[in-house]
Amino acid sequence: MPRPDPDDVELELFVRALQLRHGYDFSGYARASLKRRVQSVAMASQCKTIGELTAKLIREDARLPSVIAGLSVPVSEMFRNPSVFKALVAEVFPVLASYPHINIWQAGCARGEEIYTLAILLEEAGLYERAQIYATDFNDSALALAQEGIFPVAEARTWSENYLAAGGQHSLSDYWHARYEHLKLDEKLKRNITFANHNLVADGVFCEAHLILCRNVLIYFTNPLQDRVLGLFRDSLVRGGYLMLGNKESLSFAPNAGEFTVLNARARIYRLGLPQP
Amino acid sequence: MTSAGRSTAVVIGCSTGGLHALSTILAALRPDLAVPVIAVCHRGQDDDGTLLVELLAQHSRLPVCEAEERRLAAPGIIHLAPSGYHLLLETDGRFMLSTDPRVRYVRPAVDVLFQSAADVHREGLLAAVLTGANDDGADGLLAVRRHGGYALVQDPEEAEAPQMPLAALKRAGADAVISLAGIARTINERCP
Ligand SMILES: C[S@@+](CC[C@H](N)C(=O)[O-])C[C@H]1O[C@@H](n2cnc3c(N)ncnc32)[C@H](O)[C@@H]1O
Repeated sequence: MPRPDPDDVELELFVRALQLRHGYDFSGYARASLKRRVQSVAMASQCKTIGELTAKLIREDARLPSVIAGLSVPVSEMFRNPSVFKALVAEVFPVLASYPHINIWQAGCARGEEIYTLAILLEEAGLYERAQIYATDFNDSALALAQEGIFPVAEARTWSENYLAAGGQHSLSDYWHARYEHLKLDEKLKRNITFANHNLVADGVFCEAHLILCRNVLIYFTNPLQDRVLGLFRDSLVRGGYLMLGNKESLSFAPNAGEFTVLNARARIYRLGLPQP
Repeated sequence: MTSAGRSTAVVIGCSTGGLHALSTILAALRPDLAVPVIAVCHRGQDDDGTLLVELLAQHSRLPVCEAEERRLAAPGIIHLAPSGYHLLLETDGRFMLSTDPRVRYVRPAVDVLFQSAADVHREGLLAAVLTGANDDGADGLLAVRRHGGYALVQDPEEAEAPQMPLAALKRAGADAVISLAGIARTINERCP
């Protein structure tokens, strides 16, 4: 075995320092993508190495929020992969419609792109009124932006096209007002949404959900952490509840996957327990 | 060939003109190649990737498949990066994905694959930058060379779009600047 690379050693020490000093546990994050993120935080903080960043992080508490924000990378889009949202509406909404009250949890909501996607689809299906939606993330600055519902106007065209491809019934522009370089989503869309800080690594069950949406979050986790969070989702879902993951996620190495059945493999929609008779 | 010159994995990056270039190389690879071949080829967003896999499979004597997260980069297989995600290699030789921001305006980015693969395979990595109309791959190739890996760049004269090979040469240099046929031959010779 070759000796470990200095950068890799520094990465492990950074993870350890973040945990010891600040209580954030990133030990279950896959290292290749984590390394890129830590390196880019280091660069943005004028540090030449991860080691330099670690030294500052230990002594300067004020740096923590920007480091957490930098490690979170809340990149998202409205209606990304339109066909999977179409599948959600076609295959899951009819069952949700049979409940008098619907609880939905989106874990890792980034700046809110997908929670508003879901809110719009629920509105158009006539289900919004009875839905309680929880949008959570561990990045407070992303949550604050999500709550505002303001997005760069540059995205408008792609998102509008994707909205239609997802089966949207009107025009996405019906849901926003353009203000300068920004789009402000209709306030009404958030009346049933609760935004809250929740860390999938550290926090537990807080609701009984009929649907959990968690796209492209577990891809950053090692197998053990992915499985643990899958267990958290199981414990948070009602029997027969739905789980939707990102397009290219794989549960092949997660023992807890055995408790879910695949409803739509391509759209990564799963259901807790065996299909109802 | 000494064991020091033996490659343990091959990574290839291409963009404009990449389908043709990649097919040419794959058609000429030894069918008993015993290392993983991992390729990033830039393409449109919501295409689910099956088309590219099918097209390349027609030309390749080795099986072609989309790289799947958490699975081993298995030897003797051509693994393609799925569209819309960066593809990374972990130290245990398994694939991981990320939806982090585009790098050099693209996702998947050649740079991301090359840099993570260089960390894992170091001097065992054989990397090739092919045709393309941007400068993705240049930083990646530099990382490969810094870790002692072997760097090939498609001859810009031959490339359908020379910008990517030229940018790679300018930033990283190369162990050889050669034709697609030469790249395939080098892979066949340097790999077990
Ligand atoms: C790539 S974004 C995914 C956004 C959206 N679901 C999508 O697919 O477009 C990942 C999000 O997961 C969040 N995240 C990462 N680790 C987390 C954790 N331990 N707890 C809660 N959220 C986390 C990040 O802050 C980020 O906003």
